[in-house]
Amino acid sequence: MEKSTVFNNRLLPYLLLLPQLVITVVFFYWPASQAIWQSFLREDAFGLVSEFVGLENYQALFAQPEYYRSMLTTVIFSTLVAALSLSIALLFATQADKNLKAAPAYKTLMIWPYAVAPAVAGVLWFFMFQPSLGMLSRPLRGMGLDWNPLLNENHAMILVVMAAVWKQISYNFLFFLAGLQAIPRSVLEAGAIDGARPLRRFWTITFPLLSPTTFFLLVVNIVYVFFDTFGIIDAVTGGGPAGATTTMVYKVYADGRLGGDLGGSAAQSVILMIIVIALTAIQFRYVERKVQY
Amino acid sequence: MANVTLRNVRKTYAGGFEAIKGIDFEVGDGQFCVLVGPSGCGKSTLLRMVAGLETITGGEIDIGGRVVNQIEPADRDIAMVFQNYALYPHMSVYNNMAYGLRNRGMAEAEIKTRVEEAARILELGAMLDRKPRQLSGGQRQRVAMGRAIVRQPKVFLFDEPLSNLDAKLRIAMRVEIRKLQRRLSTTSIYVTHDQLEAMTLADILVVMNGGQVEQIGNPLEIYQKPATTFVASFIGAPPMNLMPLRSDELKSQLTGDIRASAAGILGIRPEDFVISNERGAGGVALGLTVEAIERVGAETFVYGTRQKEEQGVAATPGELPPGEIIVRIPGAVGPAIGERIRVVAAGDKLHLFTADGRKRVG
Repeated sequence: MEKSTVFNNRLLPYLLLLPQLVITVVFFYWPASQAIWQSFLREDAFGLVSEFVGLENYQALFAQPEYYRSMLTTVIFSTLVAALSLSIALLFATQADKNLKAAPAYKTLMIWPYAVAPAVAGVLWFFMFQPSLGMLSRPLRGMGLDWNPLLNENHAMILVVMAAVWKQISYNFLFFLAGLQAIPRSVLEAGAIDGARPLRRFWTITFPLLSPTTFFLLVVNIVYVFFDTFGIIDAVTGGGPAGATTTMVYKVYADGRLGGDLGGSAAQSVILMIIVIALTAIQFRYVERKVQY
Repeated sequence: MANVTLRNVRKTYAGGFEAIKGIDFEVGDGQFCVLVGPSGCGKSTLLRMVAGLETITGGEIDIGGRVVNQIEPADRDIAMVFQNYALYPHMSVYNNMAYGLRNRGMAEAEIKTRVEEAARILELGAMLDRKPRQLSGGQRQRVAMGRAIVRQPKVFLFDEPLSNLDAKLRIAMRVEIRKLQRRLSTTSIYVTHDQLEAMTLADILVVMNGGQVEQIGNPLEIYQKPATTFVASFIGAPPMNLMPLRSDELKSQLTGDIRASAAGILGIRPEDFVISNERGAGGVALGLTVEAIERVGAETFVYGTRQKEEQGVAATPGELPPGEIIVRIPGAVGPAIGERIRVVAAGDKLHLFTADGRKRVG
């Protein structure tokens, strides 16, 4: 039985909840409802006149081929970033979990990229791979590759994926390492005595026991690629070339801030919000059930 | 079926700490060997070296006529039961037992027969589909045993398997383990810090202290003739009374040849004392003031202090305060607190050790 606390003062429990409620209302419900309201309005570019247009913004959006393109870009981008950052982080974490002499230093170095702001990370990667100045572009050219993320759409995508993955590995690494360290050593030793070679031990014991961590990270990473990679994309490619790296969240910004279409931009953020809520709900409903043991 | 032989086995850690300082013993085919000692004595390390979970830095471990120093745990043909059971939490009871067999590529039909047979022996038949978290401590323990027996290995290794169970279950499982081992007659090495478990399970008892063997032998022999003061005070509860032979009071009571020997410490088991004024030939008599009484029903423990204050002997585990003596008498009737009594022990009940406690002299 869970113990429930009884307050003598009726007001006190509400007061205790207030800070959290205020933060949620001010920073989530208010902007979200503003976005929903705005998505039904059409405003002129100076913000002087607005008129209620119903679902017109949505209709216009779904008639735009660029919108479908940004959806596809988002799917490709998020799949690549989530898959790569999770698997590379897991690989690094399994290595750091071994009893190595330099393990503490290694762990610290692994965590550093997380302390770099997304836009700064974007600028770093942009300079490293800048076609004419980048120190890594020359060797790539030397290998006969016509490296140009400013013009080549695939190169641009590769570059933003690399930057986004690099940024997220630290976070995933930390959680994977903690997850690995929570697995009792004796369970793996029992596996070794039971005749499982290291690779088989990893897939049949470590990986299943790590699944709650993996699931949590999957949810966090998807939210990350949907929203938090904005800074990286803005700094590295600005959504280009020719919209090749314009994800849904970048398009919200591009249409609203740069294009001045506030209604259309609001409609996009509403759709984006619905997609992320749906994805998270699906993950909790179907995946979480399978990762409990 | 196999012998296990340890030849001058050593373990030195990278920092220079010597955990195992040269150990030799042999466990015969089908025998039950128990390694006992206080925590930190190296007994678990030694077991893990036999299992292949720790490297061997010196000497040889031989299982069934094959030196296994460089052989992987999986290929040593051993099975191990861990203190925390180490069950695979995400697998059913059936799969926990089947895992080791599947890794060895056994046919599913054969696996099924073996797992069901083990489940029958261990009364786990109704639980094969459950996950470990749905089982009680005793049932988990049985699954861990089942995982070991389905493999039909040459050697069973047990690392304090009962220490997470409550007292009653521990006794029941102890008997079960012994019966099972007799029935399968698989060579076994069992680590424990509980001297009662050690005495009741062992064919061969290895008493360890500080990375070394103090004594090896049959449990009763060890109880009756402990080789060092460490063994004397570690095996047996309450521990043996140890008294330095410095005072004239004790020395004068001993016969000539003992007095002349190298003996520096006299040991007497609590049950070898009798409350009496009659000292037999070659025996020892002590005057005590009763300080405390423990009545446990079938027997009574009398804690007394020697009337002539004595410096105690520094024997580590279960050590008594200086000059304190425990006497065990049958029944529930005993002296009163504060009473002065005389206790005597017969001459053949005396254990004599050198002054450093490292050697038995009579």
